[in-house]
Amino acid sequence: MQFIRPTTWSEALQAKADHPEAWPVAGGTDVLVELNFDRRRPEAVLDLSSVGELRPWTREDDHVRLGAGTTYTDVLRDLPDLLPGLTVASRGVGSPQIRNRGTVAGNLGSASPAGDAHPPLLASGAEVEVASVRGPRRIAIDDFYLGVKRNALEPDELIAAIRVPVAPGPQQYAKIGTRNAMVIAVCSFAVALDPVRRRVGTGIGSAAPTPRRAVEAEGFLTERLDGRGLWEGTGPLDEETLTRFGALVAAAAQPIDDVRGTAAYRRHALSVLARRTLTWCWDDLRARREAA
Amino acid sequence: MSGASVGPRGETPVPAPVPETAPTPLVVDDGELVRGRIGVSAPRPDGTLKVEGAFAYASDLWAEGMLWGVTLRSPHPRARILTIDTSPAVAMAGVHAVLTHADVPGRKTYGLEHPDQPVLAWEDVRYEGEAVAIVAADHPETARRAARSIVVEYEVLEPVVDAEWAMTDEAPRLHPSGNLLRHVPIRRGDPDATGDVVVRGTYEVGMQDQAFLGPESGLAVPDDEGGVDLYIATQWLHVDREQVAASLDLPPEKVRLTLSGVGGAFGGREDVSMQIHSCLLALRTRRPVKMVYSREESFFGHVHRHPARLEYEHHATRDGRLVAVRARIVLDGGAYASSSTAVCSNAACFAVGPYAVANCHIDAYVVYTDNPPCGAMRGFGAVQACFAYESQMDRLAAALGMDPIDLRLRNAMATGDELPTGQRVAGPAPVAELLERLRAMPLPPPAMEGPRDVRELPGGVSNATHGEGVRRGVGYAVGCKNIGFSEGFDDYSTAHVRLQIAAGTPQADVHTAAAEVGQGLVTILGQIARTELGVDDAVVVPSDTTVGSAGSSSASRQTWMTGGAVKMACEAVRADVFSRVAERFGRDPTQLLLRDGRVVDASGAPIVALAELLGDDVVEATAEHHHRPTFPLDPETGQGDAHVAFAFAAHRAVVDVDVELGLVRVVEIATAQDVGKALNPQAVEGQIEGGIAQGLGLALMEEIQVRNGLVRNPSFTDYLIPTVLDMPPVRIDVLELGDPDGPYGVKGVGEPPTISSTPAVVAAVRAASGRPLTRVPVRPDDLVDPALLEGSR
Ligand SMILES: Cc1cc2nc3c(=O)[nH]c(=O)nc-3n(C[C@H](O)[C@H](O)[C@H](O)COP(=O)(O)OP(=O)(O)OC[C@H]3O[C@@H](n4cnc5c(N)ncnc54)[C@H](O)[C@@H]3O)c2cc1C
Repeated sequence: MQFIRPTTWSEALQAKADHPEAWPVAGGTDVLVELNFDRRRPEAVLDLSSVGELRPWTREDDHVRLGAGTTYTDVLRDLPDLLPGLTVASRGVGSPQIRNRGTVAGNLGSASPAGDAHPPLLASGAEVEVASVRGPRRIAIDDFYLGVKRNALEPDELIAAIRVPVAPGPQQYAKIGTRNAMVIAVCSFAVALDPVRRRVGTGIGSAAPTPRRAVEAEGFLTERLDGRGLWEGTGPLDEETLTRFGALVAAAAQPIDDVRGTAAYRRHALSVLARRTLTWCWDDLRARREAA
Repeated sequence: MSGASVGPRGETPVPAPVPETAPTPLVVDDGELVRGRIGVSAPRPDGTLKVEGAFAYASDLWAEGMLWGVTLRSPHPRARILTIDTSPAVAMAGVHAVLTHADVPGRKTYGLEHPDQPVLAWEDVRYEGEAVAIVAADHPETARRAARSIVVEYEVLEPVVDAEWAMTDEAPRLHPSGNLLRHVPIRRGDPDATGDVVVRGTYEVGMQDQAFLGPESGLAVPDDEGGVDLYIATQWLHVDREQVAASLDLPPEKVRLTLSGVGGAFGGREDVSMQIHSCLLALRTRRPVKMVYSREESFFGHVHRHPARLEYEHHATRDGRLVAVRARIVLDGGAYASSSTAVCSNAACFAVGPYAVANCHIDAYVVYTDNPPCGAMRGFGAVQACFAYESQMDRLAAALGMDPIDLRLRNAMATGDELPTGQRVAGPAPVAELLERLRAMPLPPPAMEGPRDVRELPGGVSNATHGEGVRRGVGYAVGCKNIGFSEGFDDYSTAHVRLQIAAGTPQADVHTAAAEVGQGLVTILGQIARTELGVDDAVVVPSDTTVGSAGSSSASRQTWMTGGAVKMACEAVRADVFSRVAERFGRDPTQLLLRDGRVVDASGAPIVALAELLGDDVVEATAEHHHRPTFPLDPETGQGDAHVAFAFAAHRAVVDVDVELGLVRVVEIATAQDVGKALNPQAVEGQIEGGIAQGLGLALMEEIQVRNGLVRNPSFTDYLIPTVLDMPPVRIDVLELGDPDGPYGVKGVGEPPTISSTPAVVAAVRAASGRPLTRVPVRPDDLVDPALLEGSR
């Protein structure tokens, strides 16, 4: 096994072009597990941890650009106000050790349906900035997940950064796990409210072959909030709206029975999480309005 | 130099004096702590190393020129082996040996009670993961590749996976002796007795794993005379040695075992794993051979807790007196016997729990299947039964409209009462007192209004609730279990103690073959030697087979048995010292004491310093400590004094349940336990908290999921054990009632916390959710309103 360790981004892209079979490794918290279990035997490993350019996150207008080296710990420390949805999700990832090493980009690289970063990125309409020696391109998060653990990267491409809109309103994330920490999501859900553009974003995790949005639920809620003029008000959401939203989220999922839970439970739990997270966001919005 | 040997095998040991029951001071001055006599929380000698990550576990073993051993395992739960072609592996560069059953020179099977398990399979494989071939190579990766290259041709057969069905005539025989491994009937009183109120229930317990953190590992080093040294993480060196020697066809003295660092055991290291394999490879290659299982392999490399199905019928009078209990317990033993027969007997003996019941009709069965083999795990048969009978007691309380504690109190066993086996419980049986103490403990405050830290809520950091759907529940349970080995086994432990002067100060060396598996025995043995010999310096030397057997570090017995042996050996050393004083100073040897490195008289006045008395002499003694004899159970009626002693604990669990999502956060566990005498209070607390964590794990998450004989979750990704956010604070009330049989009055501490904590947690979850919960571990699906789940199908 060849071990390639570029120190600059252009070296990294060149290495990936020269060795498209090389397996990138960032924090290694997925890669090392795969190697230790002998599930994959790559011919080459491309260690990105010394590429300084990948490390920091930066703010660009109404976006946060998360360099591919940004860890969950970085998010938790720096971004609770700008990216609240991703922050809540980061808090529930693994253990402190995993959060110190694991990167958001690595979560995208693995593209596991259970990855915790996906639902909030879907809900907030993120973009993945990828690059190769052929040049950079941006992939809308909706188009990024292609199948179980498959993403839209070309063999010579690397993730450079993830561009996430600064939260224009409340965001929430919740997952189900059968213990209270260090657990892979049985299912998960993220919601983001954009009171400025009057949009609702959602993301479902671990309940379909890929992370996905609940598009109908978004449409229903957007219409309901607009149609009833609720964006302006300070009242609570009515039971029927919450129930309907929950049901549409559950309907958007395509779960299976597996070692972590049953399909029926996942659907049920998603409807509960959808109602709860939406309520939290809505209450937050009302509180902000009342304060304003 | 002088030696003494006391308590030869078979001789009834001197009964320990009934100790005074004064409470152990928890606060001691530093001097006392450092000197570490019994009764103080002396620090572990290996504590700092372990915390700093510097302690050498068996997986850290290394020898010059060593090879790596790897095991090829069957992917099928049931198959016939047609051919094994090792030639591709043999041809690989770096491979030094490839062995199959044909290369086992001695007995081709092993087993704790019945040697029914092939060292390496021939003809049949009976579970997924059964060892078929072993390889030694100069690099672990080479060894793995070589193992994978071996071609085994199987005729795959339909596995027998249902224990009930396995008992029927329709099922194929998995072993020549048939599939019923043992049936323990217990008949007591009137078989037709009935009560005014009857409750019935069927309960299930899933397959729990010991989940020790240090995987199976060891290093075998051949000598020049055809013998072998094995450095190994195990629970019982001598029983390993017997099995290794039998399969190697060597006399036992040519197989020498030394205990290596053990990273937890909990019963999972009672059976042989890689012991025979590594020695076979070492003797064949004439090179040291190291074997370390991966985490995944570890799940296939040791036995698990028996899954069980338990049918119960409780009869009671209208005022809540138990009239009769009928129970039918079926334990899935899996592919091989391991310690199943003893687990089965325990499940039967403790089937009604710590209650006095005049009429009992109990049948416990353990059955061969093609599921993973099951054997010893903390609680050993008492765990499964306790979940069922305590669930029944709650059901009965509800049927009677009685408070669950009142019902338990009304039926609580006391000293002098009899088990269903007819055995009188001679020692303390403080069942009522434990329950009363629990009841008197304050409850944790109710959940506060307003925003809460999600870590305090069901789901924890997953952020699943901010209080919605959360209901609190409280549950109680009490349990009991035997201490030590039972049913006529002559259980003993050996200790060798040397007293000598080193650099001017007296030092005691304690040598036993007892396995320190994390429980803290090394601390206790030193404390005992310091106490008995009045020295500050006591060293517990590494355990090996150059001294007699210590028996197993299991059945909550090691402090009792090996602690007792060390105490006896120290007493013999002391007697020797006193006889020297008698001779030299003309003193009455019965009026002497050892204190602070000196011999003093009864008033404490010094007579002579040990340093002066002994000079270059070494005073040493070996002692064997046997517990009093036990007897087999009558095969028809199950009557008999099968056990030495009994331990009791009770638990109260307070939980918050998110009833909409079926998630649980245990808020607090309170426990009262009689430990006889707390030789090291901190170690006692450690056992209690650890045991509760394991009981909580069984209640809420720990299960090896097996489908059609195949393990679905052999990793810590999906075999979940409690984290620090799952384990609540524990409120501990330790009773020290002094067991008349145990040295210093000790009683085993390790297992009771695991037994009733599970039903207590489930009772609390039941109280919060209103769901029947007849199976552990409880899954979220079991907690959610079935109508809601149905609607989501
Ligand atoms: C104990 C444990 C607990 C865990 N708990 C959770 C959890 O709760 N939630 C969760 O979501 N995950 C969890 N994980 C999984 C893992 O930590 C996350 O998926 C993490 O985000 C991976 O990041 P990494 O930097 O370690 O990725 P790596 O392991 O380095 O890489 C992961 C994948 O991404 C690819 N990759 C990495 N960087 C790039 C790049 N710049 N361009 C292209 N491809 C790239 C790699 O080639 C690889 O395929 C856990 C893992 C462990 C070991």
